[in-house]
Amino acid sequence: MDSSQPVAQAVDLVKVYGQGSTQVRALDGVSVTFPGAQFTAIMGPSGSGKSTLMHCMAGLDTATSGQVRLGSVELTSLSDDQLTRLRRDQVGFVFQAFNLVPTLTAAENITLPLDIAGRPVDRDWMDTVVGTVGLADRLDHRPSQLSGGQQQRVACARALVSRPTIVFADEPTGNLDSRSGAEVLGFLRRSVDEYGQTVVMVTHDANAASWSDRVLFLADGAIVDELRDPTPERVLERMVHLDPQHSSASLARHAAAPKA
Amino acid sequence: MLRAVLRTAAAHKGRLLLSALAVVLGVAFVAGTYVFTDTLQRTFADLFGQTEPDVLVSAASELEAQQTTVTAAALPGSALEVLRGVDGVARAGGLVQVNGVTLVGTDGTAIGVTGAPTFGVSWSDDPDLSPLRLVDGRPPQGPEEIAIDTEALESGGFALGDTIRVLTPGPTVTATLVGVFRYGTSGNLAGATLTAFEPAQAQQLLLGGDRWTDVRGMAEQGVGQGELADRVEQAFSASDVGPVDVRTGEQASDDATEALTEGLGFITTFLLVFAGISLFVGAFIIVNTFSVLIARRTRELALLRAVGASRRQITVSVLTEALLVGLVGGVVGLGLGVLLALGLRELFALVGFEIPAGGIVVLPRTVVVAVVVGVLLTMVAAWLPARRAGSVPPMAALRDDVVLPTRSLRVRTAVGAVLLLLGAVLLAGGLSGRLDNGIAFVGAGLLLVFVAVALLAAVLGGPVTAALGAPVSRSAVGRLAVRNAQRDRRRTAATAGALMIGLALVTMIGVLGASSTRSVEATLDDILRADYIVTSTTFQPFSTELGDAIEAVDEVAVVSRIGSAPVVIGTPPADAAGAGPRRLGGTSFASSVQPETILDVLDVPVRDGSIDSLAQGALALDADTAAEQGVGLGDPVTLTWASGPRDYQVGAILGSGTQLTGATVSREEFLAVGEPAQDQVLYVAADPDADTAAVRQDLDAIVADYPIAQLLDQTEFADQVRGQVNQLLSLVYALLGLAVVIAVLGIVNTLVLSVLERTREIGLLHAVGTSRRQLRRMVRVEAVLIALFGALLGVGLGLAFGVAVQRSLADEGIDRLAVPWTLVGIVLVVSAVVGVLAAIVPARRAATLDVLAAIASE
Repeated sequence: MDSSQPVAQAVDLVKVYGQGSTQVRALDGVSVTFPGAQFTAIMGPSGSGKSTLMHCMAGLDTATSGQVRLGSVELTSLSDDQLTRLRRDQVGFVFQAFNLVPTLTAAENITLPLDIAGRPVDRDWMDTVVGTVGLADRLDHRPSQLSGGQQQRVACARALVSRPTIVFADEPTGNLDSRSGAEVLGFLRRSVDEYGQTVVMVTHDANAASWSDRVLFLADGAIVDELRDPTPERVLERMVHLDPQHSSASLARHAAAPKA
Repeated sequence: MLRAVLRTAAAHKGRLLLSALAVVLGVAFVAGTYVFTDTLQRTFADLFGQTEPDVLVSAASELEAQQTTVTAAALPGSALEVLRGVDGVARAGGLVQVNGVTLVGTDGTAIGVTGAPTFGVSWSDDPDLSPLRLVDGRPPQGPEEIAIDTEALESGGFALGDTIRVLTPGPTVTATLVGVFRYGTSGNLAGATLTAFEPAQAQQLLLGGDRWTDVRGMAEQGVGQGELADRVEQAFSASDVGPVDVRTGEQASDDATEALTEGLGFITTFLLVFAGISLFVGAFIIVNTFSVLIARRTRELALLRAVGASRRQITVSVLTEALLVGLVGGVVGLGLGVLLALGLRELFALVGFEIPAGGIVVLPRTVVVAVVVGVLLTMVAAWLPARRAGSVPPMAALRDDVVLPTRSLRVRTAVGAVLLLLGAVLLAGGLSGRLDNGIAFVGAGLLLVFVAVALLAAVLGGPVTAALGAPVSRSAVGRLAVRNAQRDRRRTAATAGALMIGLALVTMIGVLGASSTRSVEATLDDILRADYIVTSTTFQPFSTELGDAIEAVDEVAVVSRIGSAPVVIGTPPADAAGAGPRRLGGTSFASSVQPETILDVLDVPVRDGSIDSLAQGALALDADTAAEQGVGLGDPVTLTWASGPRDYQVGAILGSGTQLTGATVSREEFLAVGEPAQDQVLYVAADPDADTAAVRQDLDAIVADYPIAQLLDQTEFADQVRGQVNQLLSLVYALLGLAVVIAVLGIVNTLVLSVLERTREIGLLHAVGTSRRQLRRMVRVEAVLIALFGALLGVGLGLAFGVAVQRSLADEGIDRLAVPWTLVGIVLVVSAVVGVLAAIVPARRAATLDVLAAIASE
């Protein structure tokens, strides 16, 4: 998998918020490559810049300096409209919460990016995706009629149905119980293994991160470590070095929680 | 708790100000109306206070004060001698004041404001006995001289020394302009044109001899007005002058002020009706705004509940917020009202009704009414949302995705249905004409129906917006917009309901306007046998000279004259010992006709008896009046003229559709009771074989000399009626436009709040690739759907109301139904445009939301 073409790439990415004394360097010269058909997790303590990195990579936010490349497109020179179109056509999103439009049914939510683009829905692919997330009998339900786990699975299906270049997931299991979380993570894993999808996930949950192929550790706006073929224990161990306070709490929580 | 309320209010001040705006416009209308009326009253009271003498004596009349038309009730010249002989009278003089004296301008047109009186008066130099103050030239001295007011001088473009044609109720005279005067401190009298003659000439020309409209005197030092009036009363009762009215200057000033302000009273009523409509629409918007604000603050309210605030406290806190909004709305509305009053004054001056300068009068009553109306309306409208706020469960604070339980629409539908039924019953009752206070019932019925339909609109909203949105539902953005419009059925219903009210009224008035125009045209077709109609352009009768001149044209076969005078219609007492006639109803009008020719020019629908009987001194009544008086053919009826009562026998009953309403007598009888020989309408029939164009040319040339009269054929007459109806409609539409503007503010308000409420959702849509343009379109389509829904409700109701009212007025002459489909089309198109306009701000909000903030917001 390492040999495949990089699907997304950031070079010397800097993001500065605010001005003068209140200035915050959220990203301080990050360079990173996301190869195709790989599941990458980004971890780091609060304020480490992991969400900012994802937002900049996904075209939701613009970097102060540096370059972002998605597929063959250089993002930093794009206008807002071009970025919007890029997100629509090339990127799949799974957010932590409020993933679905409440007025649309599950099916309509899944095809939303395609409908907005006016592109036809590939029925076979749709059926495959829906079958994979196990929602075939829930397609006519409104989000309010679905459980949190089901809602996240709908979001996953939406992220995949347009066959995006890359899927970004921002704490996709943050609001779920461990069982539902495992279902969602398992689904993301399968999309990589079976369909060759590229997935980037931001999380601060060591268990979630252990589903990935590779974990990047961020601290103070820079990538400080990388871990391949992670297990929860190894992830936690690294985290302790980065942010002893945060991670000891996390470790305690992890120790108390049943294994996913 | 209060601090929490103030904080919240401060945090939402933008929203609250927008809601206050809904109150402001209505309150401004109310306050403006009061300020304007009070200012008028004060100004005229001041004006008359300084121009009236100590005591005034005029002929007693059974008729209500109609100083502009009553000329028959004049005092004999001897009245002045009686007054002069009263002990305590220092100086006395007589005044002639007769309406219908018109100056012909250098361009041949009549000088003066249409509808305003044109008085001929007698000149007097004594400032205590006359309101006229010379400002240029000298007083008129011979029969060939006149003085005029400064406004007339200006608008006529006259100069001292000019020779001016003066149309009077009698002969037309030509006189030299020798003087210019003011009326008291003002240029003229609220648009009235004044022409002053030397007293003897005024008496001769306007009252036909040594007579006065009134005689007036100033008291000697130390004699009070009241005391003087008592003495004058005694002196006159001992004289042979006849029954008189004696008033002190103060009373006369009050009477004059009252008469003038009453004359302008229709404006007050008119404006207050629209103020009421605006407030009603505003209430809808308040309900909506507060509902949305509370929906948005559910978690905050739940937290307050969780930490121990009681249901009551929450409700009271919301009502306190409403109180603040109401106060702001009331105070700002008051300020705007004062500006509105100033604007109205300017507007009046612009069309010629110059109102004497003077301070704007803001009575404490106006302030109280403005603030109370603002506060009360807002609090009553916020009542239900406030109660709902109180019912937010504390649990809502703890849950993440709080959705207040969607309440079933069953209760709402039931209440709506009951109100609809009730409203329909009230409407039907009011329109049946069998109730005394019909118009009040109609008003209450309309109100209830509006509320009912707004309630039921929640049920209709879904299917209607789905149908309306069908063409755009195929695109994802269109589908989202349709779903959003259907999302909160109550909110959509209230927003559309606010728009519905104004548009329903517009449509209803449109139907009535079109129907009455159509009916008039049809009636003219049916009843008019004359070739031409000569009518007055000033509502004042004109000299008989005009009819004489037309009669003299060779090709003219018939000229039939119609006159008009105020009378009280009643029946004589059954008991011969009873004193005086039994009065029924107020002053109405009697027409005079020429029985020998009227049927040649007009198809009078005689139901019973015959028109010929009028020649023998009988009178004709229209069927409604006869029914009111409870009289039939041959029964006795008393008409009280300006000169006194006179008994008649009913010689004819006229059916519906007659042009001759009220009482009709012969022209001979009219003159016999002392009414002046003047014509109100002339019906002219040409010889059947005459050259139409030539006749028309001759007649036009004659009428051109009398610029207060106009010659119209049937088509022109119908056009003129249509023009007048349309003019009135335009005014009503303009005022109803205000209600529509308020409703549009409501759409803006609701959509802005909805967009805020859906911040995360919009952020999500943008994140997954919905372009800003698509987001704008989504909001725009939603706005257009809501507006069109409101328009459909409005047009539907308006058509129903219009047809109902037309049916009920069929007996009053509006017997044809016409639906102004163009207007309906315009209303629908305008509504769609209104939706687009209302969406501008909220759409921009939606499109410029920061995606990150939207999806990251907690």
